[in-house]
Amino acid sequence: MTESVHAHADEKPPGLWRWVVTTNHKDIGTLYLLFALLMFFIGGSMSMVIRTELFQPGLQFTDPLFFNQMTTMHALVMIFGAVMPAFVGLANWQIPLMIGAPDMAFPRMNNWSFWILPFAFSMLLSTLFMPGGAPAGGWTMYPPLVLMTGDAFPYLIFSIHLMGLSSLMGAINIIVTILNMRTPDMNLMKMPLFVWTWLVTAFLLIAAMPVLAGVVTMLLTDRFFGSSFFNAAGGGDPVMFQHIFWFFGHPEVYIMILPAFGVVSTIIPTFARKPLFGYASMVYATASIAFLSFIVWAHHMFTVGMPLAAELFFMYSTMLIAVPTGVKIFNWVSTMWRGSMTFETPMLWAISFVVLFTIGGFSGLMLAITPADFQYQDTYFVVAHFHYVLVTGSVFGIFGAVYYWLPKWTGNMYNERLGKIHFWCSIVFSNLLYFPQHFLGLAGMPRRVPDYAIQFTDWNQVSSIGGIGFGLTQLIFVYIVFQTIRSGSKAPARVWDGAIGLEWSVPSPAPYHTFQEPPKLAEGELQHEGT
Amino acid sequence: MKQSARQQSNRTLALKLAGITLAMFGFGFALVPLYEVFCDITGLNGKGVKQITAMDPTTVDGSRWVTVEFLSGSNLAGGWEFRPSQSRLRVQPGRLYTVSYQARNPTDQAMTVRAVSSIAPGTAAGYVSKLECFCFRQQRFAPAEQRMMPVRFMVDRALPPEVGTISIAYTLFNSLNREAAPGS
Amino acid sequence: MVLPGLAASPAQADFALNMRQGVTPISREIYDLHMIILWICVAIGALVFGAMFYSIVRHRRSKGAVAAKFHESTLVEVIWTLVPSLILVAMAIPATRTLIAMEDTSDPDLTIQVTGYQWKWHYRYLDDEVSFFSLLATPSDQIKNRSPKGENYLLEVDEPLVLPIRKKIRFLLGSNDVIHAWWVPDLGWKRDAIPGFINESWTWIEEPGTYRGQCAELCGRDHGFMPIVVEAKTEEEYRQWVESRKVAQRSEQALAEQEWGLEQLVERGEDVYNKICAACHQPGGVGIPNVFPALKGSPVATGPVDAHIEIVMKGKQGTAMQAFADQLSDLDIAAVISYERNAFGNDSGDMVQPAQIKSAR
Repeated sequence: MTESVHAHADEKPPGLWRWVVTTNHKDIGTLYLLFALLMFFIGGSMSMVIRTELFQPGLQFTDPLFFNQMTTMHALVMIFGAVMPAFVGLANWQIPLMIGAPDMAFPRMNNWSFWILPFAFSMLLSTLFMPGGAPAGGWTMYPPLVLMTGDAFPYLIFSIHLMGLSSLMGAINIIVTILNMRTPDMNLMKMPLFVWTWLVTAFLLIAAMPVLAGVVTMLLTDRFFGSSFFNAAGGGDPVMFQHIFWFFGHPEVYIMILPAFGVVSTIIPTFARKPLFGYASMVYATASIAFLSFIVWAHHMFTVGMPLAAELFFMYSTMLIAVPTGVKIFNWVSTMWRGSMTFETPMLWAISFVVLFTIGGFSGLMLAITPADFQYQDTYFVVAHFHYVLVTGSVFGIFGAVYYWLPKWTGNMYNERLGKIHFWCSIVFSNLLYFPQHFLGLAGMPRRVPDYAIQFTDWNQVSSIGGIGFGLTQLIFVYIVFQTIRSGSKAPARVWDGAIGLEWSVPSPAPYHTFQEPPKLAEGELQHEGT
Repeated sequence: MKQSARQQSNRTLALKLAGITLAMFGFGFALVPLYEVFCDITGLNGKGVKQITAMDPTTVDGSRWVTVEFLSGSNLAGGWEFRPSQSRLRVQPGRLYTVSYQARNPTDQAMTVRAVSSIAPGTAAGYVSKLECFCFRQQRFAPAEQRMMPVRFMVDRALPPEVGTISIAYTLFNSLNREAAPGS
Repeated sequence: MVLPGLAASPAQADFALNMRQGVTPISREIYDLHMIILWICVAIGALVFGAMFYSIVRHRRSKGAVAAKFHESTLVEVIWTLVPSLILVAMAIPATRTLIAMEDTSDPDLTIQVTGYQWKWHYRYLDDEVSFFSLLATPSDQIKNRSPKGENYLLEVDEPLVLPIRKKIRFLLGSNDVIHAWWVPDLGWKRDAIPGFINESWTWIEEPGTYRGQCAELCGRDHGFMPIVVEAKTEEEYRQWVESRKVAQRSEQALAEQEWGLEQLVERGEDVYNKICAACHQPGGVGIPNVFPALKGSPVATGPVDAHIEIVMKGKQGTAMQAFADQLSDLDIAAVISYERNAFGNDSGDMVQPAQIKSAR
């Protein structure tokens, strides 16, 4: 009987067409991850243009307008094309496996929500070849500047609508899957933390993305239909755009980091061979971070000039976020404390996440101090801050997750030695890339400039060298993934000896169909309850 | 049977979530009037100036003097001239004053413009009342027309004592009256 | 390659690493806040990372560590929620005090209206009838790497903002087009300049000197090329400057009433062109295809003079071409048009006199 079930479980439609019509969560997860990887390289090549131009003062390679297009597109591609789809890909692969569900709740919608993305990004990237060029007003799209975008403007707006639609469909699918499709033994407080963080993230998505859709729609009507939401001439206010945008924008920041928290909370207990410390407080901390993310938005725009009371409110609420975030970091360290640690590649990424994300958190706390923010705002200090949380935070979290689950997905082990080379090169180069940007910002270099005063030359050169090195290092990652699929050694079902959770109870590679019947939760199959 | 019950509950939950999504889309737009209210209360961005139709002359505070500064700016193409007739005025709260702005259309086309007013500090915005202002409605200028446009205003007696200077700025914009705009 | 660069500028070593202390009481307070919060972060980081790396070294399987079983402790969780909260409260108190002081713009000695333009600043001294534009003074040859870069590359302007020291100076910030932000690090703050609205801020400079800054809010193509230079002078020197500035404004008017020769006009026009026009139309008048039209052989620069005057003075709606009537003097407009009609191989021999511009106004 098991024979026939397994034979059926591996039945896939043949050929490439399979990937277009697939409704299988594993296929779609793979598609999302590959798409994110492609976008990571496209956005990355834009950052190479930026760092090359900034290697020396003076204009060497780009026109300033093209430089602005690069910074704008780099951000849009990395945020909406690389980081978010990568996390959705992880969710697609892992959430059904971790909660014992046969698939996502709405497999057909899952297919649509992925296939919208290639269209959205073709549209966005095509603007690079349009008269007037790609959007160059920054990813934050502040009016009136963004309204001066050329032919690319409606394409920008509609591609954002499509990306939003895709994430919303994904988020609804994830929430329904988590709330309705768990194996009956698993109540909410038994869910793995990755599932918890994604549940919270999905709620953030459905609360925040529609607001973004709304505000870019207002931009569209301001430009083409004579409304004046943001035009002072018609009684509007350009600053209102910033308020509404950041009402979306700050939750968006947590949309990009909470799943990484989940990944790290999964990896550290595995390699410390010790249950996650403070599971319940992790869940509450995640929820309170999500809640706070809706009442701190104006800290992105302290310099627009707000009443004193508003400035104080947003300073205090922002500082408050440090508390639940601190709880998470303390919990991770306590999980490692008196464990029995080994340092395979996923663990290295997780540890580097804890350190480097915390550095990004520290600069975030500094930025919360409003008077000091009047100096930091719109400088390279901010650039350093958000790249620490987004690259050495989110992206390193994604790398950790890929190394952790890749053997489960492909059935093959990756090359540990190459994995460590990838890790160490990334660590060295990313810090070379981003750490000096703190100094540049404090010394007075504004962000989004193609050229700079000569006293900023040295650190920009260090940063550019780090940038090119970091970019090239990622080619190693592509090779590792390729080599693992082609020729890696066979991986056992329970890839890591400390790994706990339902996903390890199925063979490696995970069969095409899993958990057709809800699995029983075996004793000790919960990461956080101890063995 | 069990399968279809689950599908049913999935669908119900998804519809509820889609409802939240739509509500949040609406909320994005609801933030517009909410923001206006917020600005009125806090004086954010110098909005919230009161428009009055009559005034009571007995409310003059003879013991207090406040400096009012007049500023001008123009976002119009074509090199408009736009200046206040005086850049400063010492006023007593409760008394009505008139100043005028001179504007000249340098182009050979008739233009409709709108002056947008802004007050600093924002906390003072709620204490400036205008009986008459060219900023209340759009202004039509014949080609090369030049004219003086008055503002009649008073500062409220309840102006917080720490405010000693109020700046009133007017910026000229193209009127958004779209009948003449190309492409619509 | 990098290290010699660092060694070569020891005087700037401190500047290159940390926030500037600045020259106002507020900027020093901000610097202190920055240092306090930085050291708090360093201390917390040392504790947390110290514990983590100790654990990484000691509690590894290769050293025979056996995993403990504990997975929660209400006591420590309460402690590490409360202690950070107390630290934050302690931090919020001085930050609040500084913020309140920064927002108090009352009783200024002097008020300056700052207006952002794409891509230059305009200053108006409300107490004196003085106003002027302030533009990037770095020659484009330096930006294009055709000549060596000067000491204040990209941080130099033709007309600095001159301010008196030890006076409360209030700034009213606005914009003519998009959002800009006025930032001089030595004064300790930046503030957005928003079209249609005025923002205010203030400063009180302690010592004379030259303080440099830049636009800090992305405002389009040449956002990186609109610096700010503040020259702080003693009260007496400041008054002298104001008087000389007024005299200069009058003599500028006198110059405009003269009849000018073609060579003089073209010479003056070349300066104006390089300062104002070359950012878009490019040196040599070659423009950027599909973005900024070329002037070399263009219908406007080689066609009727009146149309040329019209477009320079009034701009062209819906494009980046601004109206320069209110930005340039009669003389400068006349000069730059004369230059454009005779440079780039447009050798028309046409000449425009300041008086023609005056009558076109």
